[in-house]
Amino acid sequence: MPVNLTSDQQILWQHGFVKLNGTIVTTWVTMIVMSLSAKLITRKLKTEGDISRWQGSLEIIVTAMEEQIKEVGLSEPAKYLSFLGTLFLFVATASLGTVIPGYKPPTGSLSTTAALALCVFVAVPLFGIREQGFVAYLKTYTKPTFIMLPFNIISELSRTLALAVRLFGNMMSGVMIIGILLTITPFIFPIFMTVLGLLTGMVQAYIFSILATVYIAAATRIPKLKAAVVQAKRDTKSLKAQH
Amino acid sequence: MDSVTVVAVASVATAGITTGIGCMCPALGEGRAVATALTSLAQQPDASATITRTLFVGLAMIESLAIYCFVVSMILIFANPFWNHVIAQTGGK
Repeated sequence: MPVNLTSDQQILWQHGFVKLNGTIVTTWVTMIVMSLSAKLITRKLKTEGDISRWQGSLEIIVTAMEEQIKEVGLSEPAKYLSFLGTLFLFVATASLGTVIPGYKPPTGSLSTTAALALCVFVAVPLFGIREQGFVAYLKTYTKPTFIMLPFNIISELSRTLALAVRLFGNMMSGVMIIGILLTITPFIFPIFMTVLGLLTGMVQAYIFSILATVYIAAATRIPKLKAAVVQAKRDTKSLKAQH
Repeated sequence: MDSVTVVAVASVATAGITTGIGCMCPALGEGRAVATALTSLAQQPDASATITRTLFVGLAMIESLAIYCFVVSMILIFANPFWNHVIAQTGGK
């Protein structure tokens, strides 16, 4: 049985050194389907009267994501919704697409998940700098003491690796288990594994986006101690001014 | 045994051991985590949202260890780097 670990090795079209593999095609098809459907649904938005079913379901998704982001500790979810929501929806759609026969999830390839993890890796400092300022953000790497600087940097790198490999491993294992089971017990059992794969796919989408949210929340949090000290100083100043 | 057989035996055996141990230990850890989370859920049902979220994040962290082992064993079986090396060497002879 020829087993492809990922859909990277499935080359559909080749011209010179330009290769079009299965991952690129499924990623673009997923992206086009998602953005076209979002465009179609949001074309006629209504704020009153009967709203369409599609608008209702989109609203459920968006408000649920906003709530989740808020619960993690980001008080203004609208700032982060576009990034985190896109991550969640892409990973979720990619894993839900496995119900379509012949669809290999693009997240089952290490290159896709590495790209997603690199997006998080870049986005976390950007959001952190936007909230705290450049110097203040860089200073968080030396918290609690200066000795922790290399460990903080290592943790930043290793969690990016962990994000990528976790998603890749889960998606790839689902596809691979179904592939192996198809050769052993062809009829009923692979269906159960597909259902289980859908469940783990949704859980992985949730975990990927919630981890990104947690990282961003940790980077954008202004240290409470300092904020309290500043507030206390202001309070004493205003008290003195009153007297 | 020639070197190809040695590499094949070593890869397959190591892949099995890797997945075996790599499933066993994270399973113990995850079981403890879930049990503790259920206990605290029973004590404080109001905090269920926070507990569940933290549990999921923690489980993801633990599970990624098992996934690392799985990926390593998959690489050993299906995309073994030593395999091509040995075949290239014996083919060169």
